[in-house]
Amino acid sequence: MANSIRIRAKASGSDVTVKALITHPMETGLRKDKKTGNKIPAHYIQEVKCEHKGKTVVNAQWGPAVSKNPYLSFAFSGAKAGDTVKLSWVDNKGKSDSAEAKVK
Amino acid sequence: MKRRSFLKGTLAGSAVTVAVGAGLLNPRSVLAAWPESAFSAKSIPDAMSGLFGTADNKTSGAIKIKAPDIAENGAVVPVTVSTSMSGVSAIAIIAEKNGQPLAANFELASNAKGTVSTRIKMGKTMDVIAVVKSGGKLHTTRKNVKVTIGGCGG
Repeated sequence: MANSIRIRAKASGSDVTVKALITHPMETGLRKDKKTGNKIPAHYIQEVKCEHKGKTVVNAQWGPAVSKNPYLSFAFSGAKAGDTVKLSWVDNKGKSDSAEAKVK
Repeated sequence: MKRRSFLKGTLAGSAVTVAVGAGLLNPRSVLAAWPESAFSAKSIPDAMSGLFGTADNKTSGAIKIKAPDIAENGAVVPVTVSTSMSGVSAIAIIAEKNGQPLAANFELASNAKGTVSTRIKMGKTMDVIAVVKSGGKLHTTRKNVKVTIGGCGG
């Protein structure tokens, strides 16, 4: 499977800004299938974690109200160009993925 | 011969995928528990206490919400919350009139900046509420977003 995460990290001084896009349906469980009238089961990312040098920088908990193909961005200090930032997610079906990016 | 080893490699690869899919490698246990009560809560105080253990909060001018005044598509509303407060340990985003108001919570380590952005779904015109936990206390601010097309139906 192609990686579901596109992540970019950019340094300015000692601060690093991380931007990430995740490919995910983010179904709320409330939407109905137009053809069958059945509810589409909920399928959304519950946790997103970002690590730098093995330390968690941001640990996000998401509900189904986060948009489809979610985007997130945040910043932290104490990293420099060349460091690796790791992002991982877990959804309500237990699926997960992770990706790494070098700080530029 | 090459074709044979290629097939073998593909099979081995898919076996790993199956193992992950069946939960054998159980990634859930690695991460902290997801606060189900906070996300299933139907009222804002319930969501806050499910998340932070308390619903006591103060309105603060030190938090900024960057979101469109009018969102054409409620399914994708970009929201950025930033604060100048120090010692921020968490930022939560709440959509006031959604069936389940809590949209997202970001737990921040001490070296993280007090700024997060994401995109959320909004069912109709409502206030977006940002909750910032700093020094063990909750601070909030809100911004009205007009939604032309709701983002929760389909």
